[in-house]
Amino acid sequence: MAGPSTPASAGILESLSNDLAGAVEHAGQSVVAIHARRRIPASGVLWRPGVIVAANHTIQRDEEITVSFADGTTSPAALAGRDATTDLAVLKVDSATAPVATPADPAAVRVGALVLALGRPGPAVTASLGVISAVGGEWRTWHGGTIDRFVRLDVSIYDGFSGGPLVDAAGRVLGIDTSGLSRGAALAVPTTTVNRVTDQLLRDGRVARGYLGLGMQPVRLPAALTARVGTPNEVGLMIVSAEPGGPGDTAGMLIGDILVAVDGTNVADPAELLALLGPDRIGKPLTARIVRGGEPTTVTITVGERPVAHASRRRR
Amino acid sequence: MTDPVPDADAPVAGAIGRPDALDALGVALSEFAAVLRRSTVEVHAGGAGVGSGVVWHADGLVVTNAHVARADRVTVVSWNGQARDGRLVACDQRRDLAAIVVDAAGGLDPDAFSTASTGTPASLATLRPGDLLVALGNPLGVAGAIALGVVHVVEPGRSGRPRWIRADIRLAPGNSGGPLADARGRVIGINTMIVGGLGIAVPVTTVERFLADAGLRTHTAGSRAA
Repeated sequence: MAGPSTPASAGILESLSNDLAGAVEHAGQSVVAIHARRRIPASGVLWRPGVIVAANHTIQRDEEITVSFADGTTSPAALAGRDATTDLAVLKVDSATAPVATPADPAAVRVGALVLALGRPGPAVTASLGVISAVGGEWRTWHGGTIDRFVRLDVSIYDGFSGGPLVDAAGRVLGIDTSGLSRGAALAVPTTTVNRVTDQLLRDGRVARGYLGLGMQPVRLPAALTARVGTPNEVGLMIVSAEPGGPGDTAGMLIGDILVAVDGTNVADPAELLALLGPDRIGKPLTARIVRGGEPTTVTITVGERPVAHASRRRR
Repeated sequence: MTDPVPDADAPVAGAIGRPDALDALGVALSEFAAVLRRSTVEVHAGGAGVGSGVVWHADGLVVTNAHVARADRVTVVSWNGQARDGRLVACDQRRDLAAIVVDAAGGLDPDAFSTASTGTPASLATLRPGDLLVALGNPLGVAGAIALGVVHVVEPGRSGRPRWIRADIRLAPGNSGGPLADARGRVIGINTMIVGGLGIAVPVTTVERFLADAGLRTHTAGSRAA
């Protein structure tokens, strides 16, 4: 027989293949399809009994949400809350016979780890394979959310995959995949962050954040001005919009004011300011050092609470 | 030539996780590719570009995509550079499949044009999302390039038979017509399209029906006769 024989070492591939497909089969039991937008459904994970975690940006309506399970059954779901800053949303379902996801040890999130991204953008579970390409420490998203670890993936996050789980070769969940936090790049929100945000959303329906109601943009400050104001910063944050009746507007902040420090802490980047607006600040006064018409002055703002964002309409 | 085949009795279960597991995986993959490459050919149909094909029978039957075999006369080049004239004997635009018979005058070198091991309906039915896949072909003209991926989903058709195999695998133009193989080295599909970043393959069952419809030798018919 001239045909090729399969090398004995192919058993290694077959063994790995079986492990991977087994991981998909196991973890896929807790992956659901979420119908909360037009076009294709998004994915979610049965995280706790009756509690589904999804990617916020895929939940494009607040009501009439349904969820399809691995066994083909469909059930209505209620939005318990959403947090745009970490791109997470939590749904509650009454009937869920499907098993909840098995979490992995957070220490298993390592660069080079072989991982699968799962999704259910239709009736069947679907999979992609890759590795964790970078792991970093705590980071702040461009919406101001805190994510415990930065986890970048070399895994294709296909249409409808956001909200699905990142699993290891044994089917244990390492995080929730999303392309909505970093210009479409594939990232995973680690389980510790998912647990923290899920707890908050189930308890309060939202993740409270301090809010000034001001839009701002970094501007370079001339040397003469920084000397007069007494700030080491070469950059300040110029107010470019003020929500009428918002905390900043009420306190008398004007468009064109340049914010240089908050309670004695210099701010040169909107992210630095967001870091100072934790939930503990809500309702408390904040001293803003600003430059108005070339002259330094201070304004006291009572920090408000960031309004809950409703269904956003963005891609994927 | 001798293949570096390791001890067949060596335990493979649980190999992943051992420090040398990646080494073993790499060796397995390269040996796997070497075998599959002997059944993979380049198909030149004139003009720019090159596609791939699979040697379905050692008597010179090659399967490729209809959109690769765009001429009645094509040139088929084996993995080790042996060029043969090929004749288009069947073409199905709807299934995007074509059958070519390679001119076997003087005999075909079985090492160059080695019959592919092909999957069965059963091997397709047991394919699960996450199963490893290997594609061989000539992406962007790079001869005999391997790509590793996994089953994304096996999409059923109306009849219940698989319609497409969607694969999470990095393919490029030039992979068209080439083999998509499972972890046991069985060709389970013909790489045909790239849609939304996914590789889309025509299942082997569709290929066999196409060959049967065209009155050509199928593997299932061949094995019954044997």
